[in-house]
Amino acid sequence: MSLLELKNISKIYGDLHALDNVSLNIEKGEWIAIMGPSGSGKSTMMNIIGCLDRPSTGEVIFDGKDISKESRRRLTELHRDKIGLVFQQFHLINYLNAVENVMVAQYYHSMPDEKEALAALERVGLKDRAKHLPSQLSGGEQQRVCIARALINSPELILADEPTGNLDEANENIVLGIFRQLHKEGTSLIVVTHDPEVGEEAQRIVRLDHGKITSDRKNEGFKG
Amino acid sequence: MFLRMVCGTFYRQWKKMLMIALTVALGASIATAMLNVMLGVGDKINEELKTYGSNITVVPQSESVISKLYELDEDVRYDYLKEESVNELLTIFWANNIVDFAPETDTTVTLDGNEVRLIGSWFNHHLEFIKKGTTYQRDTGLVNLRSWWDIKSGKWLDEQELNGTDYCMVGETLANEKKLSAGDTIRVKGEHGTKELEIVGIFESGDDEDKCIFTTVTAVQELTDTSGLIKKIEVSAITSPDDELAVKAAKNPSLLTGDEYDLWYCTAYVSSICFQIQEAVPEAAASAVRQIADSEGKILEKTELLMSLITLMSLIGATLGISNLVTSGVMERSQELALLKAVGAKNGQITRLVLTETILTAVVGAVAGYFMGYAFAQIIGQTVFNSSIEMNGMVAFIVAVLIVLVTLVGSIPAIRLVLRLRPSEVLHGGH
Ligand SMILES: Nc1ncnc2c1ncn2[C@@H]1O[C@H](COP(=O)(O)OP(=O)(O)OP(=O)(O)O)[C@@H](O)[C@H]1O
Ligand SMILES: [Mg+2]
Repeated sequence: MSLLELKNISKIYGDLHALDNVSLNIEKGEWIAIMGPSGSGKSTMMNIIGCLDRPSTGEVIFDGKDISKESRRRLTELHRDKIGLVFQQFHLINYLNAVENVMVAQYYHSMPDEKEALAALERVGLKDRAKHLPSQLSGGEQQRVCIARALINSPELILADEPTGNLDEANENIVLGIFRQLHKEGTSLIVVTHDPEVGEEAQRIVRLDHGKITSDRKNEGFKG
Repeated sequence: MFLRMVCGTFYRQWKKMLMIALTVALGASIATAMLNVMLGVGDKINEELKTYGSNITVVPQSESVISKLYELDEDVRYDYLKEESVNELLTIFWANNIVDFAPETDTTVTLDGNEVRLIGSWFNHHLEFIKKGTTYQRDTGLVNLRSWWDIKSGKWLDEQELNGTDYCMVGETLANEKKLSAGDTIRVKGEHGTKELEIVGIFESGDDEDKCIFTTVTAVQELTDTSGLIKKIEVSAITSPDDELAVKAAKNPSLLTGDEYDLWYCTAYVSSICFQIQEAVPEAAASAVRQIADSEGKILEKTELLMSLITLMSLIGATLGISNLVTSGVMERSQELALLKAVGAKNGQITRLVLTETILTAVVGAVAGYFMGYAFAQIIGQTVFNSSIEMNGMVAFIVAVLIVLVTLVGSIPAIRLVLRLRPSEVLHGGH
């Protein structure tokens, strides 16, 4: 069953086509890697899928409804309720400690619940770091806090933009392990990456270049 | 959580917040000081006016006409007013605006071979009478009308304590010349006899009255054989400053339209009070002493205008300052706010966060400013009006409303910025 469908999406900045007539269908529970050179429009696509931005033309069908014309307010609600975001850089609020950073997402979603937030940190292996400020955490740990924050409201879809871009091997493996776990639980995953190794973990690999999809193939080596 | 985030901002941007608090404090203090002085100053001016003595004199018709026509000071044919006419002042519409009054009569007497002016008046007279079933009473006299007298020795003549009427107060110049002091008895010779007056006090007035003797009305009446008669009444009334209507009415009240006449009659202009006194005492002519009262009114108006302008300017300044500070504060943490949007905060929620921080800061500033303003008002009161200025409860309320307005208006640009903030742009791949 289709979770999300992009239909002839374009995003145009001035005369730059960051996305050029892109169509993509994402099934429920699917794990997709999006790959491509820098500037090919990966982040732009993530923003549109994540309801942070609207396409210049085209339709975004989420759960059977076209959301590309929805109000910003509605989009905010949608992405808050259904989507968890992990950004290209570790965006944490630097005066809140790890568990509070997770709780911010709860706060704007429903009610902050420290127990739940701690449980989410435990999932990413950071329970003992809960009271540390971002500046007291390593890059990998910060990224895991971001993932915990993305998980906290049990989203249907997790969007991760270069989640391992700045991580070493060990941390990369931890993050991938979390993704595998999420995939098993039935969460849909879209992971943007440069790294072929990370790409190869996914069920399906989509390549972007100059705003166009150049290939879209099933990953034979998927270990599921 | 909300609180935690608000605190986080205070912790991180405390310099900015301090600046906002200071800006608000400055605006609030100036507004508080100016409004308090403005509201307090009307009463202050009226007190001043009282200390400058009477602003209306009531004289017999004929004298008024003659001395005005020929500008004669001497050799005018004096007519008299009845002493009871004084009572009428308490029966007119504006009686409550009449703060003090005293009848006056005078004569020239000889003291040790020199001619001296002897003035009879009330010092601390208790007036009480019944008219048409209503009891009127008032304590009034020179004690109030000459409040600036400096008693050099002895004390004020106390009509209610002393027996009889043969007492007097002597001006300092005359007292020095004749080597008189309190407790002495002087012998004065008038047209209709001589009198021995006991000196109760020596005063310094700072004008011609320093060469005169003040005694009771009865004493002068006996010396001049004019029992029950007086020459004039001095009145000190609280009046509204003259405006166009008052000027028009002063020329000729009969030229006013019905409505204008009613408005004029029911406003405490000097001219309408005079008019009413004349209605009550037909044989008298009441006229305004165009002294300080008039120009004070004008100055008061101008001062109030100036102070309103200063208040307005300071508030505009505060608004601009706040808008600058809040906007740059929001700009500094646009990343953070965009992130909040990206994790699901709605515009309204972020606006609330920013406004809460700003308003909390403003409240601290406003409270500090209010007390600073209190101090300013006292300084202004002491230096300009020589008295403390009472704090008006209204002012606290007005200032609170103004500061809330200033803060909200000042936050508008920042909030527009918040609304424009697109998480996709700020967080875009983080290039
Ligand atoms: N707000 C914007 N205004 C104008 N141009 C933009 C804007 N955002 C992105 N672009 C342009 O759109 C193109 C696609 O950008 P995008 O961030 O999607 O690339 P990307 O594939 O994520 O690259 P990277 O791998 O470096 O993160 C780029 O050329 C970028 O300069
Ligand atoms: Mg990118």
